[in-house]
Amino acid sequence: MALDWYLAVSALIFCIGAGGVLVRRNPLVVLLCLELMLNAANLALVTFARMHGGEAGQIFALIVMVVAACEVTVGLGLLVAISRRNLPIDVDQLRELNG
Amino acid sequence: MSVVMFFIAAAVAIAGAIGVVALRNPLYAVLALVCHLVALAALFLLLRAEFVAAAQVVVYAGAVMVLYVFVVAYVGGGDELAGRSALRILGPLFALALAVELFIAMLGSALAGIRGYGAPYKLGFGTPEQIGRLFLTDYLFPFEAASLLLLVAAVGAIVLARRRRGLEEGALELKDLLAAPRPAYTGTIAEGAGVRRVREALEQSHGGVTEVVGAAVAGAAVGGPTGSAHVDQPEGER
Repeated sequence: MALDWYLAVSALIFCIGAGGVLVRRNPLVVLLCLELMLNAANLALVTFARMHGGEAGQIFALIVMVVAACEVTVGLGLLVAISRRNLPIDVDQLRELNG
Repeated sequence: MSVVMFFIAAAVAIAGAIGVVALRNPLYAVLALVCHLVALAALFLLLRAEFVAAAQVVVYAGAVMVLYVFVVAYVGGGDELAGRSALRILGPLFALALAVELFIAMLGSALAGIRGYGAPYKLGFGTPEQIGRLFLTDYLFPFEAASLLLLVAAVGAIVLARRRRGLEEGALELKDLLAAPRPAYTGTIAEGAGVRRVREALEQSHGGVTEVVGAAVAGAAVGGPTGSAHVDQPEGER
């Protein structure tokens, strides 16, 4: 399989994730869509690693996975704190920082 | 064979991604993301990234998704109502524009390697042995930084999601907690020694252990937090 197919799949997944971040209003699903975007970037990195024949891209993908896990942990912690205070779980209503 | 595998995995990955965005119930969205991640792991295997594929399944589809499921079960997060925000129309348009731009950038690229099948396969490419060697030699600093980042994230999540005293309605204030009566024979060493001294004195005068214990409990209930009060009270009686 030529490698541009993998890049096409990666681009499609990234765009779906970006659209989901903009459209959905549940912060949990927004986090899921962020995961989609990070995974699309991972696929592109692994594809480039295969293209070059070096493992640097795979190392980078693993580090991206670590960062994604951290982001998920902090994001879900925030979500639990939000629900504990009985605030609405909706990114359109949680806009105090928006001014 | 690899072509068939690629199309199956790619179709499942894209369908899972669409499911994450389109499904209304957050739990179903999480399950769609699990499907997507497993299909992506298959794509990684086709790209000869064995260790990354294994880590994807174990870490992502295993651990992280379990965390998601727990939070969905805790928070609930029912169906969201249709909003009237402008992003509902602009969001898909933006995604479409982004897709067009990415495809133009990719198909119009002059990189010859993109059309090819990659570098010739070396033995041991992408195996855990190779990745581990690179992590401990060339990429040691990112490795250590990642471990520090994980620690900071874990501590931060605990601090964020902790139950805070005093923020909820009807929670006990700190002075209420301090003013609560303490059971007899608990507290500091000095109090314990004092209680024992009083008890011996009472045993000598009255000769009954049960009423001594009852007197100590009554002293604790009356005397309050300091503990010295219920030591002093029987002495005053005597």
